[in-house]
Amino acid sequence: MTKHANQPILTLRNIHKSYGPIKVLHGIDFDLYAGEVVALLGENGAGKSTLSNIISGAVQPSKGEMAWQGAPYKPAHPREAIDAGVGMIHQELMLLPHLSIAENIFVGRYPMKAGAVDRREMERRAKQGLLRLGLDISPRRVVEGLSTASQQLIEIAKALTLNAKMLILDEPTAALGGEETKLLFKQIARLKAEGVGIIYISHRLEEIRQIADRIVVMRDGAKVQEFDTADLPVRTIVESMVGRSMEQMFPPLAVPEDKTVLEVRDLAGTTRTFSGVSFTVRKGEIFGISGLVGAGRTELIRAIAGADPITHGSILLNGEDITPRSPGDAIRKGIVLVPEDRKLQGVILDHSIQENIAYSNFDSVGWGGWISSRRLRDFAAENIRKFGVKGRGRQKAGQMSGGNQQKVVIAKWLARKPRVVLLDEPTRGIDVGARSSIYEIIHELAAEGVAVVVVSSDLEEVLGVSNRVLVMAAGRQTGILDHTKANDVSVMELATA
Amino acid sequence: MKNGDAKEKLRLSELFSFGGATGPLIGLLLLCVFLSIATDSFLSVRNFLNIMDQITVLGIIAVGMTFVILIGGIDLSVGSVLALSMMVLGYLNVHVDVPMGLAIPGALLISALTGTIAGVLIAYFKVPPFIATLAMMSIARGLANMITNGSQIIGFPAWFNMAAIIRYGGYITITVAIMLAVFLLAWLFQRYRQGGRMLYAVGGNPEVARLAGIHVKRVTVLVYAACATLAGLAGVLLAARLDAVQPSIGVAYELDAIAAVVIGGTSLSGGTGGIGGTLVGVLIIGVLRNGLNLLSVSPFVQSVIIGLVIVVAVAAETFKRPAR
Repeated sequence: MTKHANQPILTLRNIHKSYGPIKVLHGIDFDLYAGEVVALLGENGAGKSTLSNIISGAVQPSKGEMAWQGAPYKPAHPREAIDAGVGMIHQELMLLPHLSIAENIFVGRYPMKAGAVDRREMERRAKQGLLRLGLDISPRRVVEGLSTASQQLIEIAKALTLNAKMLILDEPTAALGGEETKLLFKQIARLKAEGVGIIYISHRLEEIRQIADRIVVMRDGAKVQEFDTADLPVRTIVESMVGRSMEQMFPPLAVPEDKTVLEVRDLAGTTRTFSGVSFTVRKGEIFGISGLVGAGRTELIRAIAGADPITHGSILLNGEDITPRSPGDAIRKGIVLVPEDRKLQGVILDHSIQENIAYSNFDSVGWGGWISSRRLRDFAAENIRKFGVKGRGRQKAGQMSGGNQQKVVIAKWLARKPRVVLLDEPTRGIDVGARSSIYEIIHELAAEGVAVVVVSSDLEEVLGVSNRVLVMAAGRQTGILDHTKANDVSVMELATA
Repeated sequence: MKNGDAKEKLRLSELFSFGGATGPLIGLLLLCVFLSIATDSFLSVRNFLNIMDQITVLGIIAVGMTFVILIGGIDLSVGSVLALSMMVLGYLNVHVDVPMGLAIPGALLISALTGTIAGVLIAYFKVPPFIATLAMMSIARGLANMITNGSQIIGFPAWFNMAAIIRYGGYITITVAIMLAVFLLAWLFQRYRQGGRMLYAVGGNPEVARLAGIHVKRVTVLVYAACATLAGLAGVLLAARLDAVQPSIGVAYELDAIAAVVIGGTSLSGGTGGIGGTLVGVLIIGVLRNGLNLLSVSPFVQSVIIGLVIVVAVAAETFKRPAR
């Protein structure tokens, strides 16, 4: 391993990338030294993903040079980058669900013995890799059904078994709870000590301060600022990212009315998800749900929205038992869900924005089962404007940034004027600018008298938006805290109880 | 925001795009131009009417197949269901003396039942569409054979055959008129009915559709039922044209129908495409067969050419898509 502290392992000079007439990167210079963690920051669409795809060989630059350990580096294919020792861990998990963990780790490069796959060796090495990350699962288990957090760690284990000298981590903690994040950071620190260079992409600025040595900020395809330390106030970083000074991130909390809108009584889901959950949400209240990954938060609000089965307990709306049997049932009663996984559950990427909005608003775009193209167009345009979606009705959802996709998901529901809105990880993978506008939408909803439930892994977010916070641990409800009493310590205590 | 206010006008190009099947449409026109030059007899009203007669059965089956493929499914049973429908029609009308006014609905009802069963297996018992309809293909074929123990039925009323022969106003037979009506209704349904738009949502992403409140299972059952009913209707029209029914008919019709749908630009993974494209796809197959016959190309060579057209059509669509 090269240990010259003044010799970067990776250098990028004047990297440009255009797709036809659209320029996405303008002249990026970038250095990475062995044994350091560089945080690559920027709003969605700033060019971070394109840059990391260029380094990992998935995309070729239009112009510019790269050097890897002193030699010219021009990966034409991710394979070449991997062989050179550059590992990339994508934000979207790329595991094969029906194969075992060991097979996923070694896919395409199975250890061979006498012309056949040496399964025992493969499983042994996979086990080793998992233990390095503190994961005590059998490498023979199939990936399907594992939590997102575990799958993320398996991706990392996969890169580690490749002897990567450099890792690009694209939002590795987006799906991780506090405990797993800690574990990951421990592992990153160890890799650093081994001389691995790491490019770390994340929207969670608090963790950047903990983990990064340097910060590079990108905006609109250009590098705008470089900080030689990560020990900076979050505000300074945010302002550099958005290019303007930020107002307070979270709008001030309003006092909800006394009237109870949603009541959940002793609710239980299918085995080993959650049980015994009871709470009420008042008119105009923002009710946060916090807990570690696997605590049953997502399952809970999916059950309330009728998307997952309920095995025990009841849900009341304005005092009336309406325990929903299907999503359609819940929607008719006025309970809507903005789901956790935007791309898999929220929007159809291949379809236009207006179609996506129409799918949950057929009644508003036509009459008696017929659909009027003109009303569809106008209805979509109206809601696009109302929720500040940056895009046109005919544009495909997949062509927009994550923040705008999320606004489309929110728009398609709020256009129905629901009484209860459930949001699962509403700002996951969304840049700072779009995030604050989503918080504004949440507060406006509450001001209009909607009962809002927000599930989030981001502690700062839950504490910032909620009037009260329900904390869950291992499928049980461990406490409900008023915002005056809720802070990171009190919530974490309950979450690990 | 300025983006939202700009009222978007329906672009002219979109009206003629046949739901993304512009490429196949151009191909069809080129094919027609070529055949008009290469043969004396292609470019005539009579030949065009012949083509319409020849594509009636395929066209109606392909409409149902379009819906199935739009929701991300596949239906291999349509050829067998067509045969079953024909045999039920013959049995009811000729053997039991039920009047046509009841025998036709009877045949359609049996067809709808096969589709409903396949749909229930797929939606509620999670049997993959390929397997469920493969099983139904075998079952329906067996039932069709059981009715007469494999022999044909003749002796339909005279007017029945005339529906496929007499060209009203000198142009259109009743069977062709029915096909055109099916296409028109399907197009209106797909474009302007909630149910039609739901098919796109279900095919695009069933989980998104379910969370949007769409009853995905019910939609799936209805689509397979509709597809089988249309196959049954195609069977009735074919019976009128042949003036006889036999249980061995309709073998591999499902493959022609899938080919027409795919040539027309509907994606086998669901969620994109539509009836307009299928009409173009059906016409391409019809015109190609007709033209190759006029050019006296052997049926064996024709089969190779149609295979190549499928590959070219699908490859062209794939290349047109920007790689992401």
